[in-house]
Amino acid sequence: MALNYRLVLENVSKKFGEFRLNNISFKVSKGEYFVVLGPSGAGKTLLLQVIAGIITPDSGRILIDGVDSTRLPPEKRNIGYVPQNYALFPHLSVYDNIAFGLKIRKAKREHISDKVREVSEKLGISHLLDRKVKSLSGGEAQRVALARALVVEPKILLLDEPLAAVDPVLRWSLRDYLREIHRMFKATVIHVTHDFTEAISLADRIAVLNNGSIEQIGTPQDVFYRPKSEFVAWFTRTENIYRGYAEPVGSGLSRVRVGSLEFTVCGEYRGWVVVSFRPEYVVVSRHKIRTSARNVIEGVLTDYMDEGALVLLKVMVNEKMVKAYITRSSFSEMKLRSGEKVYLYIKASQIHVIE
Amino acid sequence: MITLNRDLIVFAAVGSVIVLFLVIPVITCLAEGGAYISEAASDVDALDSIYVGFHAGTVCSLVSLLFGTPLAYFLSRWRGSLSSFIQSIIEIPLAIPHSVAGIMLLLAYSSRSPIGSLLSNVGLVIEDSYWGVVFAMLFVSSPIYITTVKAGFDSIDVEIENVARTLGASRIKVFLEVTLPLSLKHILAGFILTLARAVSEVGAVMVIAYYPKIASVLVIERFLGYGLRSALALSALLALISLTIFVILRLIIRWK
Repeated sequence: MALNYRLVLENVSKKFGEFRLNNISFKVSKGEYFVVLGPSGAGKTLLLQVIAGIITPDSGRILIDGVDSTRLPPEKRNIGYVPQNYALFPHLSVYDNIAFGLKIRKAKREHISDKVREVSEKLGISHLLDRKVKSLSGGEAQRVALARALVVEPKILLLDEPLAAVDPVLRWSLRDYLREIHRMFKATVIHVTHDFTEAISLADRIAVLNNGSIEQIGTPQDVFYRPKSEFVAWFTRTENIYRGYAEPVGSGLSRVRVGSLEFTVCGEYRGWVVVSFRPEYVVVSRHKIRTSARNVIEGVLTDYMDEGALVLLKVMVNEKMVKAYITRSSFSEMKLRSGEKVYLYIKASQIHVIE
Repeated sequence: MITLNRDLIVFAAVGSVIVLFLVIPVITCLAEGGAYISEAASDVDALDSIYVGFHAGTVCSLVSLLFGTPLAYFLSRWRGSLSSFIQSIIEIPLAIPHSVAGIMLLLAYSSRSPIGSLLSNVGLVIEDSYWGVVFAMLFVSSPIYITTVKAGFDSIDVEIENVARTLGASRIKVFLEVTLPLSLKHILAGFILTLARAVSEVGAVMVIAYYPKIASVLVIERFLGYGLRSALALSALLALISLTIFVILRLIIRWK
């Protein structure tokens, strides 16, 4: 029932120049942290603006707390919106920026002051209230923009790439900060991003948007480990994605031939499929070991990429590239070098099949 | 300290020719006419003409502000063929010789025209009248106001207005509380540029309303009737006033 959801989108479509949002449907529960993940140009900002009421959809319905709000102007929706560049009012002080929504609602001066100070304290920006917005750093500006949106107690908080404009070091702390804000204000958040690590660390559920259409909606586990399309697998850096021909081999298993490579997968499949498995699911050894993994592959290490805590190995197997993650310490212990033979082990249950 | 890139010196040297071309007449006029400014300052006809010109120019700028500001906002925010079409119409006066603009205004709004006869019923007769001066000034200078103010609205991030709306402000409220304060500099600049353009108008004003005489028309009359020396005092005074306006404009633009 729509009443149980804070936000429901039903077949929302919008043509915008050459671009089109196609039949977008999803439901967001009260207090949920919902992330819309997609590459640049997927339509994420347009989708947020349609939800905010800044742009009216051509067709479909938008329900907020069960009420049809499709044609409602933004000022009547009580939705907080933090755009990518924060869009602070440059002619107002930090205090007046945060107080703006309350002043528009003609709240009493004392109430405005109390609310601004309360929210500022919660967000740790009380010391900024007298500052001009031009003097704020990126992180400070983001907190002020969040305070401005939260002070009016919005039904939904829309965040457009909130971490894109800050440097990588600050991004980590702001990610924790967003999680904390979500808990503190019990807010229903819709956050759009192109960064899948941001999505996996914050989201209760994720919708993957590609070229104006939703490819998959699910928990981070669903999206990252059970992608429903080749695009979702690629975009979430599954790394090992192959098209092959599947045939059942009994005992609830199938064999998928990818050129001269063969994978044993769980489930009965017949015909052309896509198999995918994440590089962290691949076990690597220098010598053949006894294991329960049904897929044992011999290959040659051609290259590796140091990614900090992990090292990404690129192993050539019968003209196909297989990628595997190992920890930095394992990499050091194994003393691996390019050109050396290695064995890869992948469990059948950890290979995902997209029909 | 910013040092001039040596590669740019060639461009600066060539460009300085046009700077000198523009500056020399102004300096010459002020230098030669400076001694006679006090003479113009005690000339009743000259002072009257300056008063009428600036009065009509101010009214013209106020009318531009009242009607041009909403139009500039519409043109800035509405991205469509209608907006482009209106933009083209607004630029027409900039492309037409001003004497021709005067003829057009006379044909359209003189008391013998259908619209002019309606206007004359409410006391707005443009032939040889104060309102004729305002009409001529408005026709040639309002496009400058609209273009300047539109540039101001264009420079405001639309997301700022979007956020204000999500915070509960209606479109009108957003315009008054956010957009107008942020574009105040452009509105002031547009107002002063419009005023400066209006008081310097000659062609269209002479066709519609030779009387009451405005200063720029009086300069022409004295030059044609009595020669350069007769026109010099008023020219120097007008140049001084115009330069003062220009300096104020630059200060407003640099004001943060």
